[in-house]
Amino acid sequence: MRELLSGNEAVARGAFEAGVKLAASYPGTPSTEILETLARRYRSVYSQWSPNEKVAFEVAIGASIGGARALVTMKHVGLNVAADPFMTFAYTGVNGGFVVVSADDPEMHSSQNEQDNRFYARFAQIPMLEPSDSQESKDMVLTAFELSEIFDTPVMLRMSTRVSHSKGIVKLGEPTSGPDKKFVKDPAKYVMIPANARKRHVVVVERLEKLRQLTEETPLNFVEEKGSKIGIISGGVAYQYAKEVAPDFDYLKLGMSYPLPLKKIADFIKSHDKVIVVEELEPFYEDQIKAAGFDVVGKEYFDLGELSPDRLAEGLEVTRRSFNVGGKEYFGHLGELSPHRVAEGLKKAGVLSEIPTVDIPPEKDMFPRPPVLCPGCPHRGVFMALKKLKVTVTGDIGCYTLGVLQPLNALDTCICMGASIGSAIGMEKVQGSEKGTVAVIGDSTFLHSGVTGLMDAVYNNSNVTIIILDNRATAMTGGQQHPATGLTLMGEKAGQIDFETLVTAMGVKNFRKVDPYDYNATLDAIKEGIGSSGPSVILTDRPCVLMPKRIMDEPYLVDLELCNGCSACFRISCPAITASNETNEHGSPKAEIDTTMCTGCTLCAQICPTEAIILKSQFVKV
Amino acid sequence: MADKNYNILIVGVGGQGVLLASEVISDVAMNSGYDIKKSEVHGMSQRGGVVSSHVKIAPKVYSPTIEYGQADVLMAFEQAEGLRAIDWMKRDGVAIVSTTAIVPAIVTSSKMFKYPEDAVGEMKKKSKHVIAVPADQIAGELGNPRVVNTILLGVLSNYTPFENDLWIEMLKKKVKAKFVDVNLQAFKRGQNVRLSPVKA
Repeated sequence: MRELLSGNEAVARGAFEAGVKLAASYPGTPSTEILETLARRYRSVYSQWSPNEKVAFEVAIGASIGGARALVTMKHVGLNVAADPFMTFAYTGVNGGFVVVSADDPEMHSSQNEQDNRFYARFAQIPMLEPSDSQESKDMVLTAFELSEIFDTPVMLRMSTRVSHSKGIVKLGEPTSGPDKKFVKDPAKYVMIPANARKRHVVVVERLEKLRQLTEETPLNFVEEKGSKIGIISGGVAYQYAKEVAPDFDYLKLGMSYPLPLKKIADFIKSHDKVIVVEELEPFYEDQIKAAGFDVVGKEYFDLGELSPDRLAEGLEVTRRSFNVGGKEYFGHLGELSPHRVAEGLKKAGVLSEIPTVDIPPEKDMFPRPPVLCPGCPHRGVFMALKKLKVTVTGDIGCYTLGVLQPLNALDTCICMGASIGSAIGMEKVQGSEKGTVAVIGDSTFLHSGVTGLMDAVYNNSNVTIIILDNRATAMTGGQQHPATGLTLMGEKAGQIDFETLVTAMGVKNFRKVDPYDYNATLDAIKEGIGSSGPSVILTDRPCVLMPKRIMDEPYLVDLELCNGCSACFRISCPAITASNETNEHGSPKAEIDTTMCTGCTLCAQICPTEAIILKSQFVKV
Repeated sequence: MADKNYNILIVGVGGQGVLLASEVISDVAMNSGYDIKKSEVHGMSQRGGVVSSHVKIAPKVYSPTIEYGQADVLMAFEQAEGLRAIDWMKRDGVAIVSTTAIVPAIVTSSKMFKYPEDAVGEMKKKSKHVIAVPADQIAGELGNPRVVNTILLGVLSNYTPFENDLWIEMLKKKVKAKFVDVNLQAFKRGQNVRLSPVKA
């Protein structure tokens, strides 16, 4: 049975075939579809959204210690949030197999940084598998669970955007039930007090030695021979790019990329005149290979007698010549690779003599088409008001980060999940509160890691205003459920956090709800928040217009007789409002509303100075 | 029969059904015995940004992305996006472009940017094989503005070696039941476009 699956769908399939009992996650591009696929197609696997990646990781730890195979998935920056349990769970090891998926985002298609999470595997000294397409994604999940149980370790599966979101043909296997294990009380293994942790650290080091042997033998790291004098070492999607542009070379493909098979690599290097490492982002393989190379051969050149700078230089020169490994100097650290970037790098390295020329013409004189807040988006009114008030606005991660773009231009910071509140507190402490400091944070992000920030605001008596943009969905990643929506990932009715109860219980005195479609009320609420002492919280109460259901009220349109072309409605950045063919006396275009896109949110009508924007049904053409 | 390479690049604006179209093409190709990989970036697609999908069809596919200048077919659901992507096409490639124009707010609200006056004309300066399809008009006649993607699939089917029945079968599989009929009509209308290409 063959099916066209994305890397993420293939991971879900792999988890199903591996008999995973529990999967937990917090949504984050490009990892989100793994859990969505499990919940939709493989319902024998219990899957859940957690409030954040740290909790998700801990839920999966519990399932593993309880004896079941457990999966936890997240985007690269999510692993920063979960780094605390991640690092120590590497010490305790597992009971049921445990796999953590880190989906990295080279090129930052939908992220705030492009950190290379392969370093996390090395940091925690746990094995890492790195698929390069959908078939490998599925197969490696199965291998990862076996490794996890054999070596008593969490295993990292490192995906990247192009692996997660590309589709390829996958051969499906039969589902298995996974090993049948029970929780066994073992505090020396699972209770990491210093006395136990010291012993477990020894286990980690010994385990790594065994893994170093395994990685030399595993078929995940394989050589493809074509008889070339130059060899290429690669892994992940970069391997696919390299194969496309340089098919006639010898390859050492790394599927298990931590720990690296250094002996296999050394043999590969010895049997080639030159070896090029092709990898995306940081020189993760290359630095380890170079470090190991010098270490292995160094003594031959530096062993006897006193060293001098000349001898050292001579020795290093010989070493460099005998171990001719190149990489990042040809391909660079930044952004994602592509077949063309790999070809260019291989040409620079002298590997390819001719590559197809690509004459990229000068940038076309074209308008950009950035993502924008949707027509009727409940965030729009808040940003209109914030722009009007000229306050400092600390932002957060979600659709509302788009408030930074022209013409709204209403955000001053955006760092990571939950950072809006803490940064507002710090800014207000040093800047004072006259001008007003406002944090904007979505409902899902607030639950993820804003709650502790609010606690800080209450505790340290901060004069910040916090706007929780509650659109009742994790909208940016596709409208997933969260602890305040009342439904679970699998569609069951769920416990539901009430923001007002939560916020007031934390001691916030100034709390108010506001309808963000009411521009003046929103403006007044923010002014009042800024004017009061101590933290203020404003909760906006309009749902996302796209999810869970599309909201379409009666549209508005522009009476061109009344429109004076002032452009006030253009500046609220609504995709439904465009320029009409008519102009005013200065030649500026009058406005037009696309009634198939307008959701009837009324914001443009509220700010139109000539009252030219009216309900479609009330428009009478004379 | 699976002996040739087809790189198909599909571009459009969030909400135009780019991903659905690339799914249909991929299923058709897979069921015709080809290896296939396709790639797109999710995340921002629902918010009016540019959406593109790379579909690579060959006996054996490595990279899931098409290289600049290597698309055999460019399918554009919006004309300015067609112009933006024209250089991704091979010199002798075919561009199938809907004359749909979606002007973004950033153009309306600032004097810095202009929407191209004649995007299709500009495309024709770059390529001999530009098929401009009045897909909005056809979709309007069919009573569903959302079938622009299927109309262009119909046009595409004239330039690929896949069996007609397979296209029909995969369309039926991918489209919601109540929209199957209108999509099949849209596909047929697209197939007829070749017979009467629109003159610029």
